[in-house]
Amino acid sequence: MSSETQKILTTDGIPLEVSLKKAEKKNKIKAFLLVAPLLLFIIITYIFPIGEMFTRSIDDRMVTNMLPKTFKAMETWDGKELPPEEVFAAFLSDYRALAEKKEHGKLGQRLNKEKNGFNTILKKLWRKMEKFEDGNAKEQIMAIHKRFRDVKYWQAIKRTAPPYTMGKYLKGMDMFFDEDGKVVQVEEDRRIHRILWLRTLEIAVVVTILCFLMGYPIAHLLATLPMKYSNLLMICVLLPFWTSLLVRTASWMILLQQQGIVNDFFVMIGLVADDNRPEMMYNKTGTYIAMTQILLPFMVLPLYSVMKTISPSLMRAGKSLGGTPFVAFWKVYFPLTIPGIGAGCLLVFILAIGYYITPALVGGASGTLISNQIAYHMKETLDWSFASAMGLMLLTGVLVVYWIYNKLVGIDNIKLG
Amino acid sequence: MALPKYTETRYRIWHYSYLTICGFVFFFLIAPLFVIFPLSFNAEEFLVFSEGMKRLDPDAFSLRWYHDMVYGTKNPWGLAAKNSFIIAIFATIGAVILGTVAALGLSSRHMPFKGLVMATLISPMIVPLIISGVAIFFFIAKVGLAATHLGIIIAHIILGTPFVVITVTATLSGFDHSVTRAAASLGSDPVNTFMKITLPLILPGVISGALFAFVTSFDEVVVVLFLAGLDNTTIPIQMWTGLREQLSPTILAVATCLIVLSTLILVTAELLRRRSERIRGINR
Repeated sequence: MSSETQKILTTDGIPLEVSLKKAEKKNKIKAFLLVAPLLLFIIITYIFPIGEMFTRSIDDRMVTNMLPKTFKAMETWDGKELPPEEVFAAFLSDYRALAEKKEHGKLGQRLNKEKNGFNTILKKLWRKMEKFEDGNAKEQIMAIHKRFRDVKYWQAIKRTAPPYTMGKYLKGMDMFFDEDGKVVQVEEDRRIHRILWLRTLEIAVVVTILCFLMGYPIAHLLATLPMKYSNLLMICVLLPFWTSLLVRTASWMILLQQQGIVNDFFVMIGLVADDNRPEMMYNKTGTYIAMTQILLPFMVLPLYSVMKTISPSLMRAGKSLGGTPFVAFWKVYFPLTIPGIGAGCLLVFILAIGYYITPALVGGASGTLISNQIAYHMKETLDWSFASAMGLMLLTGVLVVYWIYNKLVGIDNIKLG
Repeated sequence: MALPKYTETRYRIWHYSYLTICGFVFFFLIAPLFVIFPLSFNAEEFLVFSEGMKRLDPDAFSLRWYHDMVYGTKNPWGLAAKNSFIIAIFATIGAVILGTVAALGLSSRHMPFKGLVMATLISPMIVPLIISGVAIFFFIAKVGLAATHLGIIIAHIILGTPFVVITVTATLSGFDHSVTRAAASLGSDPVNTFMKITLPLILPGVISGALFAFVTSFDEVVVVLFLAGLDNTTIPIQMWTGLREQLSPTILAVATCLIVLSTLILVTAELLRRRSERIRGINR
């Protein structure tokens, strides 16, 4: 139809359609150029490094680079029986090169993780290889220790050949590759990481529930009171929100100590005996109390902003149609607040799951969460690839939570009060 | 919220118990902050109220911990405060400039891939801090800025921009774009229009974003713990070390100062929020 009608032209004689498209494109570019500096900045300094965490977490090139000739020679070896002479010769030459660079110790430590007892026999090899005669490497190496005659040790070397490994992820779940390359669990009393994951999840869930139970009533009160009262009460929510996290943690440490005010109060009202004051700090109780208070504003603010938009006449209508106040609340008011509940719970849960400052200070031995473990490997053991692997496992969990949230409630703009 | 006269007794009871619950929650939120005040004036070294303090004996109170905070020989608080302010101020400036410009583009209806870009820009806010810390550390270490002020400032710009982007786009959502078109039709160039027309109108949003960015930086400890060397110690790092080793009253003096600071920030933020709501015409 449009082809039959006369094309509208601008004063320059260009069709209006073309001219508009051009202007539109120019506007698009303009808008994009404004965003570009920050976008580039975030991508370079933040998104790429998260990608780098991934390559680091699966990186296993250390042995690959240390024993290049050995792995080349092993390519034709089927791995069922002892390798042929070429493999032994290549291994000896690789090992000599490493010993010259003084890196043979590292190889021993790394291979020892793959198969126990490697370090000892490699040290033996290092001491004896000075006196080796040329040729016939297989016999001379096998003569050093019986383990060199065991095919399992050579299979262990072959397993380290690929430059990438999922080993760090398995370690984060207390599993590892056994000698046959199968995934197995570590012994029961050494499964520390699983405890940490469960504890992190437990604390995040409990704190989210506590925040919801305490946040919902006060958000409702704030939203329904007249402005002049609610503004005053809002300070109770906003002042902690703006106050330093460490300050609030410090005040809980003072309140909850054994001679602290909370215990004093319990003694005063006769709840506990003076000589039998309960430990409220350095256990989970302390973590729950302190984290709930610290994260509560993040629950109240989104709830408040949603509740503020609900007209009070809806509740009145519900009641006038014969519902008791409870029915009116449950059938009318509560469903309308679900977006706020979703946003608040999501915010608190995400913050709680990555938290570690407060649990580390008031949680005692039970305050070690997965984040502490990541920080510990970043700063103390310097096992950055393991820290990266655990960080990415945590991130995956968080993204799953976002996905579920998006399915249930829909990602809305998270409001900041 | 007075109850009408005809309310039944059981609803009356429910209503008052509800108000009591709310009262407890508000108390739970605000009361912990007030323990710190009196104890920071304790004349003794213990972190409990002494008998003298309970009797309000003037001798039981003193300013010795504040004196210790400022003049104490072994105390790093002076250096920490200086570093904290330098880092927070520069990080705020960086975050505000980058964030405001990006928000201008994002709130244009011509912006392509708006959802994806927005998600990328605010990702530092929604990813758990420890993961951001690891990622940022890798970047800062690679470019050789570990244990420098600049490195920490860059890290805090990353963490602070999402707040600026969110507050400024929120302010711009109620912005009447015909005023900028009017300025342009009167011969003003885009930069001039921005400085004279747009900026004054969105200023409340920009400043409250800046406050968020400032507080984020000033209070940040997870990432700084990875990045800081001895010379870059900040107030949160000192508090963290102090709380882990020995809870001394000097920390309470510092904490009191921080509460005063946060009160000032809260008042500013509230005044701005009201002003910006007035400008956006959300009067109630």
